[in-house]
Amino acid sequence: MALTPQDIARVAHLARLELRPDETDRVLGQLNDFFALVEQMQAVNTDGVVPLAHPAAILDDVALRLREDIASEPNQRYASQTSAPAVERGLFLVPKVIE
Amino acid sequence: MSLLPLQADLHDLGVAELAAQLAARSVSSVEVTQHFLARIKQQDALGAFLALDADASLAQARAADARLASGERTPLLGVPLAHKDVFVTRDFATTAGSKMLENYRSPFDATVVSKLAQAGMVTLGKLNCDEFAMGSGNDNSAYKPVHNPWDTSRIPGGSSGGSAAAVAARLVPAATGTDTGGSIRQPASLSGITGIKPTYGRCSRYGMVAFASSLDQAGPMARSALDCALLLSSMAGPDLDRDSTSLDLPVINYATELIADNARKSSRSEATRLQGLRIGLPKQFFGAGCSPDVLAVVRTALADFEKLGATLVDVDLPLTELSIPVYYVIAPAEASSNLSRFDGVRYGHRAVHYTDLTDMYKKSRSEGFGDEATRRIMIGTYVLSHGYYDAYYLKAQKIRRLIAQDFRQAFTQCDVIAGPVSPTVAWKIGENAQDPVASYLADIYTLSSSLAGLPGMSVPAGFGAHGMPVGLQLIGNYFKEAQLLGAAHQFQMATDWHMRVPTNLSQG
Repeated sequence: MALTPQDIARVAHLARLELRPDETDRVLGQLNDFFALVEQMQAVNTDGVVPLAHPAAILDDVALRLREDIASEPNQRYASQTSAPAVERGLFLVPKVIE
Repeated sequence: MSLLPLQADLHDLGVAELAAQLAARSVSSVEVTQHFLARIKQQDALGAFLALDADASLAQARAADARLASGERTPLLGVPLAHKDVFVTRDFATTAGSKMLENYRSPFDATVVSKLAQAGMVTLGKLNCDEFAMGSGNDNSAYKPVHNPWDTSRIPGGSSGGSAAAVAARLVPAATGTDTGGSIRQPASLSGITGIKPTYGRCSRYGMVAFASSLDQAGPMARSALDCALLLSSMAGPDLDRDSTSLDLPVINYATELIADNARKSSRSEATRLQGLRIGLPKQFFGAGCSPDVLAVVRTALADFEKLGATLVDVDLPLTELSIPVYYVIAPAEASSNLSRFDGVRYGHRAVHYTDLTDMYKKSRSEGFGDEATRRIMIGTYVLSHGYYDAYYLKAQKIRRLIAQDFRQAFTQCDVIAGPVSPTVAWKIGENAQDPVASYLADIYTLSSSLAGLPGMSVPAGFGAHGMPVGLQLIGNYFKEAQLLGAAHQFQMATDWHMRVPTNLSQG
């Protein structure tokens, strides 16, 4: 299975990336090389194997935790906005999305 | 230990030695900090640092001196270090090696940073790394490459390349690093220092710029196992309210344990100090894929372990080669999700020209991310997309469980697993730049233990081709960091590879 330039364009849109034409060609070649390597996985019999999403899930004696849904952090609204590209009166500015 | 005359080079001292000098008040933290800052400036050409702020460092040093003056004596008080630039810090900008975060300033410190600060350590600055910790040569940094102090035409390893180079060149006595698929162990090996990635969940991930959340783990990088033990004792520990994957298990004092263990062993003859330690050798780690010069160093180190009383046993990790595609599906999948937060709205780069919101996202992200981050976002988005999720992402997670089970089986036959860290010594800067898949293959010996979440370390073991350092990898069972550090310490008591210093650095 080889990816096409259309696949690259579709995935780039999903990832909200814009690739230049020369970049598209390069990424296409590199991804096809990569998926040739990934095909090795199909040779492994994984019937009945439960996917392992997280290393601690392999350990019987470690329980994954939940905590109470309460705010524990101080309000850092303005501190958090000091590195934002565009803010006004404590709000993040974005291009107009509703006409 | 005798006190050093003042003119002795402070940068030749490790963490434990500096701590002793500081505790004896024969030198102040401000003096130590000034000395290291001057040396960092002198060795600027190595490219190890991304951010320095002498005023901030000296303020921390003065605070440490005040604690020392008041009589406080804790193991790291006043000792300087530097942080990999994926740990967010209030006092220094944090970029994660990316243009996306140029000039980003965090309103809080990462848990690891604040724990080491509470222990009294002084931050000298932020260390260069591959962009978002993606890479194995530090040549994916958006700012500048890092040069290996043993041969400045070569890479230091990555992604914690700045950390490794800074420790090797003695610009810092110790550094933090992060390891997702080998990013502490591989640069430690290639730069000739000691580094440990603890069990997944040992150190809080709070405030670590996320790459692959089910794999990312922080750890110390220093000259010796003892120095790593000193740092890890302060870095590790539960952070239950801030990191849902933080282990709710008590952390022992690794340094105290190591010193006590050594005291028990030092009365015994050298040939029995590691008696009872079974070292498993996976045949998949010793095949044709590994360079002969690296294998020779690893085999000599294993013979040294035998001389200390350890026994070598063969074990089988049949899916070792498969760990490469499995890792390079899972890590980019998680990365594509984590890096979706860079939208040009809340922080990070925003494009100057765009037509609408979607166009702003696309242009901001494409301008902000470098080639490797872009590639991994593309791979991750593809394997998570409709129609491919089962064939790639779920398949990889299933094999991940089989890999973890293989380790469980192997650890019924041995206590630690050993092998090379990297199949070759450090390569020339730019050598693998055009072929990313080829560079992924070089991660073969570190990926499987990362996928399983096991602790692993690299210990300096000698020199291979071109006189470049080679590390021995030791992989432990879950939560067995103390055993790994103890075994490494006994090896370092019997050898001096970790004491070797690069001699060809410019004298400034």
